[in-house]
Order: sequence, then C-alpha cells, then structure tokens
Amino acid sequence: MTALSVRGLEKSFGGLRVTREVNLDVAPGERRLIIGPNGAGKTTLFNLITGELRPDRGSILLFDRDLTRTTSRRRAHLGMSRTYQIITLFPRDTLLRNVTMSLLGLTPLRWNPLVRLDAQQHLIEQARTALERVGLAHLAARPLSETSYGERRRVEIAMALAQNPKVLLLDEPFAGLSVEERREVQKLLADIPREVTIVMIEHDMDVALGFAERISVLHFGEVIVEGTRAEVVANPRTREIYLGE
Amino acid sequence: MSRARVLAILVALVVLIAAPYWLPGTYYVNIATQILIYAIFALGMDVLLGYGGLVSLGHAGLFGVACYGIAVVLAAGWGHAAAIVLALVVTVAVTAVFALMSLRATGIGFLMITLALGQILWGLAYRWISVTNGDNGLNISSRPAPFGFDLGDASAFYYAVLVVFVLVFAAMALFVASPFGASLRGTRDQPRRMNALGYHVWMIRFCACLFSGLLTAVAGILFVYYNQFISPQALALTASAEVVLMVIAGGAGTLLGPVVGAALVVIMKNVVSAYIARWNFMLGAIFVAIVILMPEGLVPGTVRFCRWVRKGLWGPLPRIAADPEPGR
Repeated sequence: MTALSVRGLEKSFGGLRVTREVNLDVAPGERRLIIGPNGAGKTTLFNLITGELRPDRGSILLFDRDLTRTTSRRRAHLGMSRTYQIITLFPRDTLLRNVTMSLLGLTPLRWNPLVRLDAQQHLIEQARTALERVGLAHLAARPLSETSYGERRRVEIAMALAQNPKVLLLDEPFAGLSVEERREVQKLLADIPREVTIVMIEHDMDVALGFAERISVLHFGEVIVEGTRAEVVANPRTREIYLGE
Repeated sequence: MSRARVLAILVALVVLIAAPYWLPGTYYVNIATQILIYAIFALGMDVLLGYGGLVSLGHAGLFGVACYGIAVVLAAGWGHAAAIVLALVVTVAVTAVFALMSLRATGIGFLMITLALGQILWGLAYRWISVTNGDNGLNISSRPAPFGFDLGDASAFYYAVLVVFVLVFAAMALFVASPFGASLRGTRDQPRRMNALGYHVWMIRFCACLFSGLLTAVAGILFVYYNQFISPQALALTASAEVVLMVIAGGAGTLLGPVVGAALVVIMKNVVSAYIARWNFMLGAIFVAIVILMPEGLVPGTVRFCRWVRKGLWGPLPRIAADPEPGR
C-alpha cells in the first residue's frame, strides 16, 4: 500500500504542458522531496494532488482510495493537508484564531451559527497545543499582522499539523527564512511523527537533502530522476538539470 | 462581556425605550422608527458586504419582494399573519434563486449580477401592472395588531419595530461570534485556504445570502407596514446603493456600523432636508469626509480616534487595520 500515489498525471494550460505523465509512489511514513528548477511544475503538481486544479488525465490515490474526482475540501477531511509557498493566513486574526480555523474546518461545528466560537474550549485547547508544537504558544494572542515572516511560516505548519493529516504536503517551507529560522523549522519537521507521510518541495538543498529519504527531480513537468538521496545526487542528469553543468 | 459593555447596552436600551417620551413629537418618533427599519436592512447587507466580502446592488429588489408580498397577499383578502409568513418565505426563496445565479462569481461579477437581478425586480414592479398597480403603487388599509396591541399609533408601531430590531441585533451578535460567522469571515479573507482547510466555501456564502435575505425581508415587511404603501421607487437601484452606503459609512464588518450609517442617512434625508434645500449635496460631502478621514467607517474610525486621544495627542496616529489580502 502507498500513502500517496500519482498515476500518469497530465495537465496543460493552453498549449503548455505543465505536468507530463507524472508517476509518484510515496510509502507510508516516507519523507519525499520534490526538486526542480523554477517553472518545473512543482507547485502545479501540488495543486493537482490537493485538488485545487483538475488534471486532464491520470489519477491520484490516497491510501489506495481514488481521489481524482474528489473535491479539494473533501480531501482535507480524508487526511490531506498542505502549506503554501506564498503565505495564505488570516491577517486580522490572532495566531490562536488562525489555528482554530484550521481545526474548525474538519468539524461539523463550522456550520453552527448559534454558539460562541470563543466558548469552544476543546477546540481552542487543541489549537494551543498545535501552536506549542511549533514553539509559538507565547504569541497565541498576537494578531498575525504583527508577527515576523518566520513566525508566519511556522503558523502555516501549525495549521497543517493541527488537522492531524495522514499526508502532509509542504510547499517550500524554508523559503525566505534566515539561517536560524531554518534550523528551527528543520527541527520542527524532524519531530513530526512517522504516522505522517511528508512530501516537500524545496529549493534549499542543504536542509532539504538532510530531510528527505527519496527524491524526485521534476523538469519541464516530467519526473526525470527518482531514487534515494545518494542515487539522485550521483545521477548525472540531476547535475545537468539542477546545476546547469 | 465586560462590565462597560453591559452598561452601554443597558443605557442604549433605556434611551431607545424612552425615545417616544424624550423626542419632541410624533414626527421624530416616526424618524426613529425609520432609522430602526433601515438599520435592520443595513445589518442584512452587512452580513454579505462586511462579513462575507460580497457587495450586492440588488438588495432593494429583495426588500421590494417582501413589501409587495405583504401588499398582494393582503389585497387577496388574507390576514396579516399569513401575509407576513408568506412574505418571509417568498423573499428568502427569491434570495435563494438570486444567490444561485450570482454566487457563480465574486467581486465585481457578483455585484453586476445582483444589480441586473435587482433591476429585473424593479422592472416587474413597474410594469406588471395587474399585480403591482405599476407606478401608482399599492395601499395597505391597516397595520397588524399582534396579541391585541393596536399598532396604528406612531409610538405603538415604534415599539413593535424596536422589539424586532433588538431581536435582529441580538441574532447578528450571536451570528458574528459563532463558528459559522468565523467561517464566513474566513471565506472573505482567504477563500482558497478555506477550501483547502475543508470548508465548503460556496455553501457558506449561500447560507450567508439566505440570512441576509431574511433580514432584508424583515426590514421590508416593517417598511411596508410603516408607510402602508409601496411603489416601485423602493426597489430602485438608488435604494440598493443607499443601503450599501449606510454600511460603508458606518463601518462594514461591525455590528454598530450599519445602525449608525442608517441613522446618518435617514436623519440627513428627513431632518436636515427641512433646513437645507441641497441636503443631497450635504450627504455627499459627509460621505467624502468619511472616506477621507475614516475610510474604515464611522464606528471603527471613532474607536481609532478615541484610542489615539487616550494615548495622548503627541503619539503617532494608529494605523488603519491591515488590508486583508493585498496580494490578490
């Protein structure tokens, strides 16, 4: 059984084939890295996997369950969570409320117009725990607009983790972070238990290579090389594409 | 709730309940009634505009459906209770159809579709003469008498409207603080994220439209009983724009803003126009001043101003709240 499986995925925008015959098989608990130069179609692949885009052809399976025709919101309920490369949070709300919104999304309570959200203690406690996990509990009451970029990155991760996903998709979690912040996020990701399968897009090879067990190299929408860390690094095609040699 | 807030609510209630006694005459009691009716209408608009981020220019049409609903059912010889229930049901049903069509888009698209649908209803009221009596409008012979209270008198009707207003305001306060209210605000600020988090963005917006339509219907019913007359003018585009302006001037996405905005517009229209011939010009000038000095609306603007004064006049001006989504 695979945690996440992508079969023959195709997507074109007009004449531009952004995703070409992509196949991925990610085992449960695996840490998979997807690398590739700018414009390789990495984020598009994520958008296809999470259902924000509909593929032209191919299928997507989560623990052998076909999700190709399932809506994006339904996939969240089935255990798929993601972070965004460009931070998409609720800027007027506090960090605690941001994470609470993430938890609320998976409970039927989200439809309830007759109770106070602030009175939902169990939900708020869970949100606080999720913030603790990323080391932001002390900022819980602060509005998001008054936090640093690095802190927002961690809120993104806290929101994704709060949903207790089976498969976590991280879109460049280290983008724009300082060396020190990178180390914090790196440690944070290393602490995620093995019940969670992680697929990550990342440009920063130093942190990313340390994290991943298997790597897929995407180039012009195609998976060119796939294998273990050592295999991919040793492969001449990787060097050709990625280092321009 | 803080003690100061409870006290403020009590004071406001006492002032509103005592209004027929401290206001100088029946004319002013009627103005107060109008303010409350428009405040309900504006609160209904605020659900969509302030909390949902969806600007509708067709709400006067929905308002009119409720008004004509009452008038037509009464003319057919049915009672007030039946008229009110039918007007509510029909208006919410029409809102549902409107929402199905206009929620295919957001932003300008939503605005244009609601505008077109509102104009269709206005056209119907104007041209479907066999039902609406066209430009001449329809009269209503009497007001209802709930539990034996005669509402014919200005003060009695004021109290009836006040009871409905307090109920609507309480419902809004509950809605805003509820998980569903938070969901709606989420779809306003980050629709894409909300979808990825497992929320049904379209359905949340649809439910918000229905709630907005319900409040609009309530306002329409009170309006037609207040005037005991309805004509196509109430459905015109200017009426839709007016309620949008009330919400924006008072402060979209706040509870008190639409009430303050409604008071401002009604007072300008009725009281100031008695003294100044060019009252429309005055209203325009006030709107321009609001947009320049308090672009977030009178209520949040005043709160910001008070904080600034309290911190000492020498401190820096507090910034306007961050733009929800500068990237989009």
